Amino acid sequence: MMRALNIVFPLLLGIALLALWEWIVTARAIPPYVLPAPSAIAHALIQNFGSLMQSLLSTFIVTFEGFIAALIVGTGLAIAFSQSRLVERALYPYAVVLQVTPVVAIAPLILIWVGFEHIDAALALIAALVAFFPILSNTTLGLKSADFNLVDLMRLYGASRWQILWRVRLPTALPYLLSAMKIAGGLSLIGAVVAEFVAGSGTATGLAWRIVEAGNRLEIATMFAALALLALLGIAIFAAFSVLEWALLRHWHESALKPQR
Amino acid sequence: MTLLALEDLGKRFANGVDALSDLNFQVSEAEFVSLLGPSGCGKSTALRLIAGLLAPDHGAIRWQGARPELGFVFQEPTLMPWADALANARLPLDLKQGPRADSEARASRALARLGLGDFLRAYPRQLSGGMKMRVSIARALAASPRLLLMDEPFAALDEPTRQSLNDDLKALSREDGITVIFVTHSVTEAAYLSDRVLVMSPRPGRVKSEIVLPAGPRDRLSHGFAESQARVAASLLEAA
Repeated sequence: MMRALNIVFPLLLGIALLALWEWIVTARAIPPYVLPAPSAIAHALIQNFGSLMQSLLSTFIVTFEGFIAALIVGTGLAIAFSQSRLVERALYPYAVVLQVTPVVAIAPLILIWVGFEHIDAALALIAALVAFFPILSNTTLGLKSADFNLVDLMRLYGASRWQILWRVRLPTALPYLLSAMKIAGGLSLIGAVVAEFVAGSGTATGLAWRIVEAGNRLEIATMFAALALLALLGIAIFAAFSVLEWALLRHWHESALKPQR
Repeated sequence: MTLLALEDLGKRFANGVDALSDLNFQVSEAEFVSLLGPSGCGKSTALRLIAGLLAPDHGAIRWQGARPELGFVFQEPTLMPWADALANARLPLDLKQGPRADSEARASRALARLGLGDFLRAYPRQLSGGMKMRVSIARALAASPRLLLMDEPFAALDEPTRQSLNDDLKALSREDGITVIFVTHSVTEAAYLSDRVLVMSPRPGRVKSEIVLPAGPRDRLSHGFAESQARVAASLLEAA
């Protein structure tokens, strides 16, 4: 019952707001190149459905590739940090520099280096750079949070470093990693959008580029349609990671358990 | 027969604290020995040295033959929250990489002996404090240790739970002929469980006195037990 209301109430509110929007635009005769009505946006979406879906797929692939790269490099580095203090001391400052430097600023450089002929790789790399730090920092914290006594017990029974990593440190880090993945999923979408903006005309084919293009042609309804699809993609990514988190943690982690009342 | 002997064992931590100095005692095969003393007397450090989790600064531990199979039980249950009771109890066997079916059978037998036969698939979160401690003991026993090291395992439990765990521990260790070194700060527990109590004094930790308790079963309400308890309590007062 409560679950149904959780869906029904936001849905009703959304419909009401869209109706209000439609009414204001019509009543005030706001020109469509300033603010198109929801019906006009829906029309633009249907009209350009094929090409917008193509763009959505393109942006999704860049986001996904960037995310996977960030996941592999982030967890890989975190594992290296957990195994060697020296590696951590040497590399961590650079990871922080990478994090605090606005990646938008180095995006043009990356595009030149990777080359416009490998535009997708360049976009994915930018998305990965934006997404990678929360994975690294959260997973590092998680790997270090393993119960000392449990690690001692593993040693007592003759466990190797890898057995300790696999059986104790990684499961301990899993909730941290999953939480980082939720953040990084959204960040890699932001990274992909920024990269498409920077890449500009002719080469990129994603939704962000469609927004720029539609803006240039004053097709504001198409702009909104692309924006709506971007928002949907972001929501889908967040929902997918929430489901993954629930599926992996529901049996044992505090965050997934409801207290008995 | 002597299982192990600590000879002039000393440990100073990096922060300059002298945890132990010239610790000497012996433990016989199948004996139940308690280390009793106030906090900070180095009881836990002694246990960790015996387990090989810490290295002594001087002195040595002499084993009768090779170091035997060890079990260790901490004050906290120290379970893997992501694994059910069976997988937790199976851990030492998994690490030895014996046949899976055999490990499974031994772990579930150990859990059944501790009264958790119906909770093999329960996660630690679903178990009470006492039951979690039972899983922890089952894990130690599943590997069939010859020496069981226990570091204040029941300190955080309520009295009835503690008493029933004391009874079970005593029965199981006797049944298997396991040697137990049991760290505690409870006079009652030491008097109830032990063949011998070593009373330790703090800073630096060393054995101050030794009490050999009468053999045979104990009755918590008997006069004899009250007497044993009084003897242990008196030694503890003297050591402090």
